[in-house]
Amino acid sequence: MNQPLIEFDRLSVEIHTKAGIVRAAQDVSFSISAGQTVALVGESGCGKSISALSLMGLLPSAARVASGEIRYQGAPLTGQPRETLRRLRGNDLAMIFQEPMSALNPVLTIGEQIVEPLIKHQRLRPKAAWVKAVALLDKVGLARPDKIAESYPHELSGGMLQRAMIAMSMSCQPKLLIADEPTTALDVTISAQILDLLQTLQKSEQMALLLITHDLGVVAQMADFVVVMYAGRVVESGPVRAIFKHPQHPYTQGLLAARPVPGARLARLPSIRGQVPNPMNLPEYCSFAERCDQAQAQCRQGQPEYVSLGAMHQSACFVVQKREFA
Amino acid sequence: MLAADITGRKFTAMRAFVLRRVLAAIPLLLGASLLIFLVFAFTPGDFIDGNINLTAQRAAELKALYGLDQPWWLRYLHWLEKLLHGDLGFSMQYQIPVTELLGQYVFNSFLLASVSMVLYWGIALLTGVLAAVQPYSLFDRLLTLAVFAAMSFPVFFLCLLLIKWAAVDLGWLPVGGMLATGSDTRGWAYVHEVAIHMVLPVITLVMLQAGGLTRYFRASMFEALAMDFVRTARAKGLKERTVIFKHALRNALLPMIALAGFELPALFSGAIITEKLFNWPGVGHVHIDTLAARDYPVLMAFTLFLAALTILGNLMADIVYACVDPRIRLR
Ligand SMILES: Nc1ncnc2c1ncn2[C@@H]1O[C@H](COP(=O)(O)OP(=O)(O)O)[C@@H](O)[C@H]1O
Ligand code: SF4
Ligand SMILES: [Mg+2]
Repeated sequence: MNQPLIEFDRLSVEIHTKAGIVRAAQDVSFSISAGQTVALVGESGCGKSISALSLMGLLPSAARVASGEIRYQGAPLTGQPRETLRRLRGNDLAMIFQEPMSALNPVLTIGEQIVEPLIKHQRLRPKAAWVKAVALLDKVGLARPDKIAESYPHELSGGMLQRAMIAMSMSCQPKLLIADEPTTALDVTISAQILDLLQTLQKSEQMALLLITHDLGVVAQMADFVVVMYAGRVVESGPVRAIFKHPQHPYTQGLLAARPVPGARLARLPSIRGQVPNPMNLPEYCSFAERCDQAQAQCRQGQPEYVSLGAMHQSACFVVQKREFA
Repeated sequence: MLAADITGRKFTAMRAFVLRRVLAAIPLLLGASLLIFLVFAFTPGDFIDGNINLTAQRAAELKALYGLDQPWWLRYLHWLEKLLHGDLGFSMQYQIPVTELLGQYVFNSFLLASVSMVLYWGIALLTGVLAAVQPYSLFDRLLTLAVFAAMSFPVFFLCLLLIKWAAVDLGWLPVGGMLATGSDTRGWAYVHEVAIHMVLPVITLVMLQAGGLTRYFRASMFEALAMDFVRTARAKGLKERTVIFKHALRNALLPMIALAGFELPALFSGAIITEKLFNWPGVGHVHIDTLAARDYPVLMAFTLFLAALTILGNLMADIVYACVDPRIRLR
């Protein structure tokens, strides 16, 4: 097989806080191929954003990569000089965020903010960059793009701002776009339009998309590959059909069962009892054990290994392991 | 064409906004003048009562001369009318017009305050922003320590310490005053002499003011750097310099505008303790003297002057704010 665009290779991230060390990501491994849509799912606080930010080199200052690495087209990204990553950001790798209202600078116009990467990375002259910015705003479906370019963020709605963010992130035709819960702050209809737009652009630009979401309905509709995280670890990953048809890990099964209405958020899971463990002191065994209804004695004696379940599908769970090798 | 159109509309809106704010300042100013007048008019005792050498008859004559026997509202209107003609009143103690009395002293105070202000705003901006960019670094910790040390120093002690070290022990700088006694230098020699005399009081004022302001700048910049849009700016691959100065600093400076507006009256009010200890001929001196002598015309004029500056400072801050923050509605 040809080389993946992005490889997470046993990435672990620690965050040093006053209260202690948060192990926000542990041994996270998965890869993204060119043009592929990968969905990263899991409850709040399970390390999705931290994983994405380490890929962008935008970890908060208290966080550091403790071990493992991320590779971009085969070359390591982690541990590289800041300048190397800066050149990739906004150019090859782009990212949009959860809150479009706060993600844009309130004192600069939309246009002024979109031309920045064009001038920085593509060395366009300000005039040409402005023309391109207006074209980009048009492309993401904003009416009167010339007027939008001259507006300030507070003059636009959340949906329009997220479109503007998308225009900005697309400006240098990135190879990968990370969308970190891009519609959580928007209402349902707007949210559907934004996801449609992302899907259309992902196809037309042939870029890879790392979509972080709570919404399994969206995952089913958009993703090629699914990575399920729990308490900083990847507990199951596989092609979207395999995950939805044959979920193996009890947590994945719980997530799918707790999906009453398509489009509903997964902030709380009615069918998975208990809460996410405190990331400050995670157990040395399967961290889902306290909530798992299939847990056995063995589950509290160590970390389950990954079990391969056929084409690209794997899961880390003792029960799955037993079933497979029985 | 569209751009020109928008700029034009913005300009018209801004002009109307400024006009409205200026008009709104007028009743405020009138209110301040009335309040100031009433406070002084109804304070028991005045310059004439305070003089025990006067016979009752002479005192009554003097009161009639100064119009102090008239009802208060008539006196207020009279005062207001004179103010409108640029006549701030007549000092009873010095027997010269208030403008003449205060002019030179206010200028001296302004000289001292303006130089200190430029310095401590500059220092606070630089150090506060640097500390926020590297929070909890060695620099930040040392700065925090220095700020608290400077802020907890009593003013007069600091002044005396500086005078003892730099002026008495080392003899590098003059002990006080604005010029050496009996000096009649002219031109650049004069400027140089005044500058030398300013060094110690300026150091004092900078040390007193820079600390608190540094904390403001640090807090404001720290907050701005934690904003989501700063992360977006980094995600675009902008240089860290651009992220800090173009994106974070611009937002961090917004709350400082109001603070700068409040500095306007402080430029002219005189730093009483510092001026006294360094024997700087500023308005702080005169203020205390006239207070002791109950020279009300001077006190009233000076208080009104500071009130007007406070209103003006606020007005200017509002206008600057409206110019630089697009979120401010121009209505
Ligand atoms: N700046 C930070 N300081 C301290 N802890 C953090 C910080 N950012 C994230 N964390 C912690 O790291 C863990 C993972 O967070 P995150 O990746 O944001 O989760 P999510 O899956 O919801 O995106 C959480 O436990 C969170 O509390
Ligand atoms: S390892 Fe055990 S506790 Fe963990 S998910 Fe599997 S069955 Fe549940
Ligand atoms: Mg998140």
